Amino acid sequence: MAADGALLALEGVVAGYDEIDVLRGVSARVGAGEIVSIIGANGAGKSTLLRTVFGMLRPRAGSIRLDGEEVGGRAPVEILRRGIGYVPQGRCNFPAMSVDENLQMGAYLRRDERIRADIEAVLARFPVLATKRHAAAGTLSGGQQQILEMAIALLLRPRLLLVDEPSLGLDPRMVELVFETIVTINREGTAILMVEQNARKALSVSHRGFVLELGRNRFEGTGRALLDDPDVRQHYLGG
Amino acid sequence: MALLEVRGLVKRFLGVTAVDGVDLTVGAGELVSLIGPNGSGKTTLFNCVTGYLGADAGRVLFRGEDVTRRPPHRIARLGLGRTFQHVSVFDRLSALENLLVFLQQHQEESVLARLVRTRRVRRLEAAAVERARALLDLVGLGPKSDAPAGSLSYGQRKLLAFAAALMPDPELILLDEPAAAVNPTMINQMKDHILALHRQGKTIVLVEHNMDVVMDISERVVVLDHGQKIAEGPPAAIRRDAGVIEAYFGR
Repeated sequence: MAADGALLALEGVVAGYDEIDVLRGVSARVGAGEIVSIIGANGAGKSTLLRTVFGMLRPRAGSIRLDGEEVGGRAPVEILRRGIGYVPQGRCNFPAMSVDENLQMGAYLRRDERIRADIEAVLARFPVLATKRHAAAGTLSGGQQQILEMAIALLLRPRLLLVDEPSLGLDPRMVELVFETIVTINREGTAILMVEQNARKALSVSHRGFVLELGRNRFEGTGRALLDDPDVRQHYLGG
Repeated sequence: MALLEVRGLVKRFLGVTAVDGVDLTVGAGELVSLIGPNGSGKTTLFNCVTGYLGADAGRVLFRGEDVTRRPPHRIARLGLGRTFQHVSVFDRLSALENLLVFLQQHQEESVLARLVRTRRVRRLEAAAVERARALLDLVGLGPKSDAPAGSLSYGQRKLLAFAAALMPDPELILLDEPAAAVNPTMINQMKDHILALHRQGKTIVLVEHNMDVVMDISERVVVLDHGQKIAEGPPAAIRRDAGVIEAYFGR
């Protein structure tokens, strides 16, 4: 743990694609065991922030520290090894492989004996997956695939999970299940950094949140404070 | 006569019946929402209506004309527009070009007329650019008109696809989860625009999981579960329907 207590600390991060800077000096912190949400308009840089933390983009300036150690620019596999999991936006598993095989792929970095037991535990936690364990992942509904992605990320027992729009395309019951799952994972000790357009829902389960606007920090506060802030409500929560 | 009539539609995939004998009638000028759990057949129904999938049984009538097994572009030219749940834009074209290409696919001008750029074609082009700019402004992408679509975020590409579907000014618009991945403030704007189209007399069928949108703007809600219609009625009644609560809302 770093001296300031942050598990993840971003300072003045600049990152983007080609000649365009999407993040223009973003700072953020996630404490151990916290749920932190990032909200903001489409194109504000929320997903880019998660990708940069996960090492898919190299920061052009600023620092990204994990337990005080600079990890900016390290490859995703090294970020994974340091205990950061990532659940990307949309579906990206191996559609032709079964649910069970997808989970085995998820544990590919591990060499220990407990992989099988952990897969069974994950399947027990998500009955929707257990009933489909031998089905090709591509035949699962959108919501089921989202749960599968989360289950895969959990197999690496991350200390911090980056989650991009977990509720995307899900029906109301699945949204409940996904958010309950996030809260449960968090109570078991995993910190969460989440991007979510269902901002009310996300902030209601978050310890803290912050607003990005055009690649810069705008507002920051506890989930409750942001939900109650008239400016945030009007501009980012739809009134 | 109903504008859109779906009769006993059936679509099977490898032994799974995704749409199982659905009847759906939409009158001209109606605003109808189609809801149901993930995997209940909403998008498959859209795909069958718009010709992207061939139905295994049943019929689709548009203005009384049987369009059941017609290819998508022919159905689109009859005045039936749609958006896709997953983003489908041309990454290397600019936002503006995406809208223009989308419109061109719907116009019947001959290749020759386009090549020599007749006065009529030029007039159409100028009007199209103006319309495209207005639609980009509407979805907040005005400043991104010249940016390649591939440089836009997922949510922005979603908004671009919504604008593109409106380009040909279709009479019936099928919207597949337009609000997913869109920020709440923009959702309100989108909602206002759907209502404005509705007031202009357009017919709209909306698939959406955002219940604030569905309950606020729909005149009628149709609920699918396991490929079958389990309820149909005004939003308030659907909210209270025990079967729908069980199948969809939960709790």
